[in-house]
Amino acid sequence: MEPSLARYIWTHTKKQQLWILMIVVLSMVPYFMSFDLPKLIVNGPIQGRGFEQPGATQPFMRLHYNLPFIGEVQFFSGFQLDRKETLFALSLVFLLLVVINGLFKFYINTYKGRLGERMLRRIRFDLVDRVLRFPPVYFKRVKSAEVATMVKDEVEPLGGFIGDAFLQPVLLGGQALTAMLFIMIQNVWLGMIAVVIVVIQIVLIPRMRRRLIVLGRQRQLTARALSGRVGEIVDGIGAVHVHDTSNYERADIAARLGLIFKIRFDLYQWKFMVKFLNNFLAQLTPFLFYMIGGYLVIQGRLDVGQLVAVIGAYKDLPGPMKELIDWDQDRQDVQVKYQQVVEQFTVEGLIAPKIGALTIDDPDPMTNPLSAINLSIADDGGATLLNRISLQVKPGETVALVSTATGGAEALAEAFARLNWPDSGRVASGTDDLLELPEAVTGRRMSYASSDVFLFQASLRDNLLYGLKHAPLTSVPYDGAAADQHRWNIHEARRSGNPDLDIHSDWINYASAGATGPHDLFEAVRRVLDAVVLSRDILDLGLRSSADLTRHTELARRIVELRAALRTRLEQEGLSGLVVPFEPGAYNKEATIGQNLLFGAAAGPELADRALAANPYFASVLRQAGLDRTLYEMGLEIAKQAIELFADLPPDHQFFQQLAFMSAEEIPAYETLLQRLKNRPHEAVSENDRAMIVTLSFAYIEPRHRFGLLSDELMSKIVAARSRFYENLPPELQNAVERYDPAKYIAAATVMDNVLFGRVGNNHPDAPDRIRSIVYDILDELGLYAELLDVGLDFNVGSGGRRLTGGQRQKLDVARALLKRPDFLILNRPLSALDQRMQDKVLRNVLEEARRDGHSPAIVWVVTNPAMAMMFDRVIVFDSGQLAEDGTHETLLAGNGIFKELLS
Amino acid sequence: MLLKDEVGMLQRVPLFSAIEPTKLKLLAFTSDRVSYSAGQILFRQGDEGDAAYVILSGRADILVDSESGPIKVAELEPNSIVGEIAILCNSSRTATVRAASPLEVLRIRKDHFLRLMREFPEMTIEILRVLADRLSHTTADLIDARSAK
Repeated sequence: MEPSLARYIWTHTKKQQLWILMIVVLSMVPYFMSFDLPKLIVNGPIQGRGFEQPGATQPFMRLHYNLPFIGEVQFFSGFQLDRKETLFALSLVFLLLVVINGLFKFYINTYKGRLGERMLRRIRFDLVDRVLRFPPVYFKRVKSAEVATMVKDEVEPLGGFIGDAFLQPVLLGGQALTAMLFIMIQNVWLGMIAVVIVVIQIVLIPRMRRRLIVLGRQRQLTARALSGRVGEIVDGIGAVHVHDTSNYERADIAARLGLIFKIRFDLYQWKFMVKFLNNFLAQLTPFLFYMIGGYLVIQGRLDVGQLVAVIGAYKDLPGPMKELIDWDQDRQDVQVKYQQVVEQFTVEGLIAPKIGALTIDDPDPMTNPLSAINLSIADDGGATLLNRISLQVKPGETVALVSTATGGAEALAEAFARLNWPDSGRVASGTDDLLELPEAVTGRRMSYASSDVFLFQASLRDNLLYGLKHAPLTSVPYDGAAADQHRWNIHEARRSGNPDLDIHSDWINYASAGATGPHDLFEAVRRVLDAVVLSRDILDLGLRSSADLTRHTELARRIVELRAALRTRLEQEGLSGLVVPFEPGAYNKEATIGQNLLFGAAAGPELADRALAANPYFASVLRQAGLDRTLYEMGLEIAKQAIELFADLPPDHQFFQQLAFMSAEEIPAYETLLQRLKNRPHEAVSENDRAMIVTLSFAYIEPRHRFGLLSDELMSKIVAARSRFYENLPPELQNAVERYDPAKYIAAATVMDNVLFGRVGNNHPDAPDRIRSIVYDILDELGLYAELLDVGLDFNVGSGGRRLTGGQRQKLDVARALLKRPDFLILNRPLSALDQRMQDKVLRNVLEEARRDGHSPAIVWVVTNPAMAMMFDRVIVFDSGQLAEDGTHETLLAGNGIFKELLS
Repeated sequence: MLLKDEVGMLQRVPLFSAIEPTKLKLLAFTSDRVSYSAGQILFRQGDEGDAAYVILSGRADILVDSESGPIKVAELEPNSIVGEIAILCNSSRTATVRAASPLEVLRIRKDHFLRLMREFPEMTIEILRVLADRLSHTTADLIDARSAK
């Protein structure tokens, strides 16, 4: 990257810089005109000069100039206006100038701002573009948070500076020079004094600022290191807690903050010191004028008029000088920042842009063998991982790489995936060096999965299809405002040197997954998920999440059928008792009282959980149904029982998980509340306290809690209250609840709840498992299995995929590698988090799936267990970075080498 | 059957008879009420023991595997407890228990039970007393059986 900021800015913005300079010069004309005007108005029409005779007129807008060498020139003789007319005319001209000046300022500021923002966008993009092209080894040394802070924060001040980068010095320098010239004209000797002081300023101040630059650099580095450490704490929070090192981290952060404080404070001190000196020097000049000039006047060598004129002229000099010096400070500041960042981003061995160039059309299959030729790889510390290995993997061959602990098979797999670059020798596809091939070939015709999985914080689907998103394949039609916006996006992207690829285009390369479009892609997805035995997990996720109905319309459409099928099946198997269905006219004993009252799913905060009892409308319904007192008394009873049962237990006791009514922290509050409400009549209890108590009753389930609080009368009252609640539901609550309707899908509830449309009995062991398997059966029978899988694919995997288990992440990575149907499939201990039985199963499935439909990719698999090697055409054994054995499973088994040793 | 009735039932189980009612109530509250239909298996011989069961109503058979298939060795009636040994020591189930009629039981989870014992030593002492009592009976039975030979 260009090391000098000034040159970087000039290269990309010279036209705009010149344009804005021109505009600024142009804007000076009305600006200076507006200076002279007030004097004209006051002297002329207001004081009446030139209008001494009644009816006298003066020319208006007469254009005449006293040009040097030519003399008086008149361009326009003007309109003749009387005194009042002149006043109005001149005032209007003043207003006009105000508007024109304002507009100029507006235009200039906008233009400068836009210029700066475009440059900022360009710099940031350039930096990220470089990150995408860094060699793999770089990422072993750099912290992600530091790179992020460089791209985001450290270049930020550049945006504000860029608009002024050239304009300010030209403008201010011009002003300062003019002022200086003016002084010189008045008196050369006094002018010389001013020059000397300015020279001292120009020489001394930047010198003093050198320390500021050093401090500024330190400030930047320490702040960057701080964000790196914060990022590390976040990523390694588990290790911090496991080892009780949080105080060590606190100490480390405090020490860093202390250092940053010290640097910043030094910086302030020095900065204000420089400022002080600068101001002092600026004020020194008038002092010398007064003293020396005054002395000369007294001596009679200078006349008073000249001295006053010089002092008058001097007042225009410090302003521009000060701003110029400030500008210089800014310049140095951003220059340091820029250099710091550029240094970090200047890396040797950057991947050439053509390797990652956008390629729309799919490359031809890789039909050449993949070979390692005299390949040596060392790790970061210089230890040899692979020592002069030569081998060849032919297309269609399946190869197991077996390795002792220091064998080096993993390094070979990484070299095949271009994640580890050779120290000597090379990896080649046919005769081409693999590192010279464009990523469009290696990224589409080869795939790689390892035990070290990275998932993006997005849905399972996005992560799975990530490996297919190589290029924007469709052009999205935009119309109306969206089309304008799109045009603007493209225009701006180009102005900032950004690519104009449309992120909203369809990037998914269906063909490489063996599909023709979105409609049949799902088949391929399902097959790879089945192959890695992940479908069941995703189905479970689907059952537990609420479906996005804009996407999964089929579920909602066939919900009635589904519910009926479940009932029939339960009856056939004699399991009807397992699920108690919701019926609009009946009390559901297995559900809470709250659920029975609301008989719907809360879709907003108004009626959810604790807010329900406090909701005024809901409370009024309870009152009308004659339930308020009953439920209040019931709540009191529950509070008493709960406190009696749990008051002795420490708050972190696991039994509190059984207490559905209140949390451990709330017990003391309820204890005091009970004391306060003792013997107090129901009417005298405040709304708030009443809600606190009533809400306890809402969590009650008779068969589970067995306090004996539910009577038949109460149940029928609750059912009556239910319909009353919906009869007069106020408009503001219409969207806060979705009523249970046997014929309708409930968007706010999970898929499982929707299919069950009832509650699983509390007193049946293993009921949830049995019902789940029945639900899967039914979904399969009705052809909704795929739909549910699709719901599960909406699951957001969390930061780095942490919402999935290690095993699930690894399976997903293998599925992603399989999905693009590569010619070379490189798998580097891909399933290490799974037990051996599951690894064997997935291995068998993957080998089969990869070869489906007559495909025959080469598969290179670094196995975790030598026994797995049996499934491969060829076995290569590595020991201490050397290729120890190479042959079929039978021949190696027959020999007496390492492989046999490893197997036993 | 309500919580307070269950407490009454628990009190009639010798193992719990001397424990304070409030503790028994906590034990009952944190246990699951489970129903089985006739023929359903509560647990199988060889399974890991994760819970003890107090029979609230109905009957259950204790079966032991033999070469000629399962043999019924005893019958459980209301107020009896089964599976308590397996949750006190980490042994696997020594027999299979099958519901002989519709059965209501209180399922006391192992971790809950141990937690209660840790929390309330007086309860642990009571349970120790009952177990020691059982042991001395068993020893006496053994002596009788030996001398009768």
